[in-house]
Amino acid sequence: MLRSGVIAKKLGMTRLFLEDGKQVPVTVLQLDNLQVVAQRTAEKDGYTAVQLGAGVAKAKRTTAAMRGHFAKANVAPKRKIAEFRVSPENLIDVGAEISAAHYAEGQYVDIAGTSLGKGFAGAMKRHNFGGLRASHGVSVSHRSHGSTGQCQDPGKVFKGKKMAGHLGSVRVTTQNIQVVRTDADRGLIMVKGSVPGSKGGWVTIKDAVKKPLPKDLPMPAAIKSAASAVEAAPAADVAVEGGEA
Amino acid sequence: MDIIAQLEAEQIASLGKKIPDFKAGDTVRVGFKVTEGTRTRVQNYEGVVISRKGGDTIAASFTVRKISFGEGVERVFPLYSTNIEAIEVVRRGRVRRAKLYYLRDRRGKSARIAEVTNYKEKAE
Repeated sequence: MLRSGVIAKKLGMTRLFLEDGKQVPVTVLQLDNLQVVAQRTAEKDGYTAVQLGAGVAKAKRTTAAMRGHFAKANVAPKRKIAEFRVSPENLIDVGAEISAAHYAEGQYVDIAGTSLGKGFAGAMKRHNFGGLRASHGVSVSHRSHGSTGQCQDPGKVFKGKKMAGHLGSVRVTTQNIQVVRTDADRGLIMVKGSVPGSKGGWVTIKDAVKKPLPKDLPMPAAIKSAASAVEAAPAADVAVEGGEA
Repeated sequence: MDIIAQLEAEQIASLGKKIPDFKAGDTVRVGFKVTEGTRTRVQNYEGVVISRKGGDTIAASFTVRKISFGEGVERVFPLYSTNIEAIEVVRRGRVRRAKLYYLRDRRGKSARIAEVTNYKEKAE
């Protein structure tokens, strides 16, 4: 029963005070105009998946090819696109907008994003090497990696040897993050703890692969219906006005 | 206002805490909820506020120092913690610094703080 994940924007972190006196650090993730852009089916593509798009892109900065792709789905151009494998019964109609009620409070999810870039980092920072000693004759090279191999035999440094180099800016998945709260009106998901990536970065959220799914999850997805969209619109207006006041 | 600030403002409003006007140098009594097994009671902790951090945001905290059985004890409380039953200002102190970390090196007479007798409450 593989169901779709979502694309979310990382807004930042804050904390929640719970009634029992506990404080929970949370990362706030936002679903920004998240719609289904295309379907992949077994007959046509050999696998089943949904392609989701999130954010708002300017039409004039979207390539003609992508404009055609969005026009076919009859959705506005999207900033970020990602595919999620689903089981055939969980395919979602093209154009459907997914709401934050897709996830239940207390459930576990896996979140993937692009980690913060650290630039060219030494072996101590990049691979947690111990470095060399502070004294006993060590000069200049206190933070070096030390030996990289043997002698004339094999006469080379093995491929994949952990050394200094570029650190960060890679796709990282953090597993088993708990959903603390969801806010369907504003499209917010609050998860416990940190999430890979910078503020404003895109992340993908999926049901945790290593935890059992809760029973009453919306299948195939929590979709914003036309009626609830009308309800949500005035609520959003009020929130904006409140923010300016 | 961005969404994070909005969420924090909403949460502060929904917690409905009444935070008295106090600053570093004041002596406060903090009623802190303690759960022992299933029973919950309020434990009072009284001492001098030596630091306030984080302004009036949700992450704000304050440090209270007291001398307990001849030993200095400091406790940091989150300002908006749901574990805090009440904060009561016992005495207003006159100090010239926002952070009174110098009190850690002082004992007895030199660790005293003069009282403000004509303190004007801040308008709500």
